[in-house]
Amino acid sequence: MSEEAMSCVQTARGPLVSSESPSADQPQAQPQEVQMEVARVGKEAPDFEASAYHEGGFKNVKLSDYRGQWVVVCFYPGDFTFV
Amino acid sequence: MEFLSISTDSRFTHKIWEAEELSKMVEGGIPYPMLSDAGGKIGRLYGVYDEAGGVDIRGRFIIDPDGIIQAMEVLTPPVGRNVSELVRQLQAFQLVRKTKGAEATPSGWRPGTPTLKVGPDLVGKVWTVWKPDMVY
Repeated sequence: MSEEAMSCVQTARGPLVSSESPSADQPQAQPQEVQMEVARVGKEAPDFEASAYHEGGFKNVKLSDYRGQWVVVCFYPGDFTFV
Repeated sequence: MEFLSISTDSRFTHKIWEAEELSKMVEGGIPYPMLSDAGGKIGRLYGVYDEAGGVDIRGRFIIDPDGIIQAMEVLTPPVGRNVSELVRQLQAFQLVRKTKGAEATPSGWRPGTPTLKVGPDLVGKVWTVWKPDMVY
């Protein structure tokens, strides 16, 4: 069993400013989460990393992994709610 | 293209919600990653985190292959999104990107309706190629 599946809720991280971090387990000091630049249309989307559920398994997802594709990110208030 | 959903719920809750409800709503279940914004950090980054409620409100961002945000739409929780509009916008942005900006999509555009070939010749002449009743 991967350690990721065993641990509790992992907080999301962002903005990720450095070039690359190889493994994505505990938040390290290295990708600095500097000052809050709020996302703006027409500007680069702030990179982030989050734990995710996908087709039966858990994994970490980083926005920059999808560079080269169109990406749609949909926020919503909560699972098990109505709309 | 990739689709990512994200809420402040944990990945564990996503798993159960998908199994208990979403997979019954959608044939084959949910094919895209469901992200966990525990702590609301990403929501704050994207300007959609509601501090009082501790949840992300209904924001949707279209990001192009270069990582640039091309569109966003934010709604308060009670009103759901219109996926047809999302698809239409995606198609429009993809068309514009493909033509490297030579063409733009006017108001009401959908696939099959005319685009605008932008340039100095069109200044003051848009009415000759586009009118609202062509698309609305």
